[in-house]
Amino acid sequence: MVKNSNLIIRSGRVVDPSRNLDQIADVTVVDGRIESINPVDGRASAPESSAPGRIEIDATGLIVCPGLIDIHVHLREPGNEDEETIGSGSAAAVAGGFTSIACMPNTQPAIDNEAMVEFVLRQAARSGLCNVFPIGAITKGRQGLELAEMGHMVRAGAVAFTDDGCGVANSNTMLRALQYAKMFDVPLIQHCEDADLASGGCMNAGLTATRLGLPGLSPLAEEVMLQRDLLLAESTGTAYHAAHISTAGAVRMIREARRRGIRVTAEVCPHHLLLTERDIGDYDTNFKMNPPLRTERDVEACREGVADGTIDCLVTDHAPHGADEKAFDFQTAPFGIVGLETALPLFIRALIETRLLDWPGLIERLSCLPSKLLKLGRGTLAPGAIADITIIDPAEEWVISPSEFLSRSRNTPFGGWQVRGRATQTIVAGRVSFDRHSGVASGEPSVGVR
Amino acid sequence: MVWPHRNLLTLEELTSDEINLILDTAAAFEDVSTRSVKKVPALRGRVVVNLFFEDSTRTRTSFTLAAQRLSADVIDFTAKASSLSKGESLRDTVRNIEAMGIDVIVCRHSSSGANHLIAKNTKCCVINAGDGRHEHPTQGLLDIYTIRKAKGRIDGLKVAIVGDVGNSRVARSNLHGLLKLGAEVTFVGPTTMVPGAFAKMGARVVHDFDSVIGEFDVINMLRIQMERLGSNVFPSLGEYTRLFGLTNERMKRARQDVLVMHPGPINRGVEMAGDVADGGRSVILEQVTNGLAVRMAVMFLCTQALGAG
Ligand SMILES: [Zn+2]
Repeated sequence: MVKNSNLIIRSGRVVDPSRNLDQIADVTVVDGRIESINPVDGRASAPESSAPGRIEIDATGLIVCPGLIDIHVHLREPGNEDEETIGSGSAAAVAGGFTSIACMPNTQPAIDNEAMVEFVLRQAARSGLCNVFPIGAITKGRQGLELAEMGHMVRAGAVAFTDDGCGVANSNTMLRALQYAKMFDVPLIQHCEDADLASGGCMNAGLTATRLGLPGLSPLAEEVMLQRDLLLAESTGTAYHAAHISTAGAVRMIREARRRGIRVTAEVCPHHLLLTERDIGDYDTNFKMNPPLRTERDVEACREGVADGTIDCLVTDHAPHGADEKAFDFQTAPFGIVGLETALPLFIRALIETRLLDWPGLIERLSCLPSKLLKLGRGTLAPGAIADITIIDPAEEWVISPSEFLSRSRNTPFGGWQVRGRATQTIVAGRVSFDRHSGVASGEPSVGVR
Repeated sequence: MVWPHRNLLTLEELTSDEINLILDTAAAFEDVSTRSVKKVPALRGRVVVNLFFEDSTRTRTSFTLAAQRLSADVIDFTAKASSLSKGESLRDTVRNIEAMGIDVIVCRHSSSGANHLIAKNTKCCVINAGDGRHEHPTQGLLDIYTIRKAKGRIDGLKVAIVGDVGNSRVARSNLHGLLKLGAEVTFVGPTTMVPGAFAKMGARVVHDFDSVIGEFDVINMLRIQMERLGSNVFPSLGEYTRLFGLTNERMKRARQDVLVMHPGPINRGVEMAGDVADGGRSVILEQVTNGLAVRMAVMFLCTQALGAG
């Protein structure tokens, strides 16, 4: 396996919230691990004689931070490889600045056993672009009835469990899952949606749905299941993670549950921080996702939740769909949008440009906390750590152009948006996986899993 | 004024002037039906396709007759939703139809917004004959036309629309059209069928029919979808009729000159007593007659926007 024995990133603004670091420094990488971080004080750091195979990156004016981590990604393989594969999703990830992604088990068949977890890891290793951490299903076939073999899956490398795509409806099953998962101390991730309350809905229930004549998805569907789960999680003490929170009520519940000491964490997607139900316009299916776009009040509450730390993680819920499917009418079209290649500037727009977060705050929620949550051993530039690094140009202005996506799918409501901020290099275990100028590195084995 | 639209998708997007132009054009077409030769050459050489994904003999017949009276050729394309399940998307269906040299697509579909999708994918005129629970603009227009003819005006009238408003495309089209022309619209029905959000769209929302029944110049009763029984939006037909049905007893407390309307087909004895439907205040059959003239007007105006074809 060829690794860059040496890599030096010079004169960047090194932002590492895991160690309260925010200063101009050189980052040196040896054998895929962080060797040292040397502050640049006025004069240039010592010029070293160039060793063979050494790569130097001039990061003047750029941000150098622990590699970004997205813990909510749908890769569609196996089953829908025309929409995305583990390889194409990895390429989209590194292009967006992500060094690690965690993939959801709602494939066909579902990732609900040891062999499937191993399959994901093998495909990820083949593409060799970024770390792919599989998340297993809570129940067999995601049917919500019998517990899947969590122990086997943990042994194979699963980092969490969820039936994402739908919530676990049966309270007893959810209670058992929480009790059982506690043995392995992995979090259970819930897609909070009460199926009866949500039944038939395709956009947020409210004025716009009433006007457009579209069946509504009530915010109550999210909040009722979340409230139930908080009670269950409190009784078992298991780590519980609420996926893609979208309502003001959900943010409030999580804030209160934290205050009571319940082990709950939460995540939010960029679209729920930037768009409202009114953006659906004339039934544009690129604005159809689950949970749906809500109201301005909900957007405001989600932003506040991120700012005050109630919501720990920023995720994409990257959900690729083919153009043919999205060309159906609004009620028939599938839920979901792609997100890996647009997330960073959108979070900058929603959180930094509004001054709700500073750069360390953003990196914390896009790298350190997600790593801590799933115990990935990433999210830090501490000497000795695996050198997963993202270099960001915070000033680059660009236009989101879906035709240039490396993902196999183009379904985004953000096409044509003028945005600011972009990853220039994505470095995984010391190897430059993506460079804005030369593109994605050719697949090469391999990146270690843990 | 010159009619600017190629499509009629909603009444929400029309101005009051545009609505009035349709109504005036319909009035000019109305006497065509009473002539011995019931035809004008306005759409000679044009082809109209009825693209119905949902059964509706009444609406389709009305559009067919209207097109024929304008001398257009009419094709029926009854596409079951099954063609979608076979993988052919709505967009492909429309492109195939368009390739046959069609000028006007009259479409009914069970999904809200389906007509918008069609309009985005074709150069034909698209006339919405009902999309999901969104709008049914020609029904709204024929209701408004019927009211204007009977009352001589729309401005200042008090109109009640009663029943399953939330799921009704007729109610939405009526609301937008009537508000633009200056009427006051009250939605009446159980809380499960009349969401409060309608208040933000300009309607008054009332859940007690008896407290307001004496106020109205027009009462438009919506059809109860029998398949909703069991979905817990109302507990029984008996209770529904007792609370919201237009019974003989309730009619006694309505204004003497109240106009009674219904988009049909009526569930007699449920939303409306048979006597009321057939009674002197009912204009239900006039609605059907007026539907022809209104649909002729809409097809005529929209094809003007196609230019010489
Ligand atoms: Zn989900």
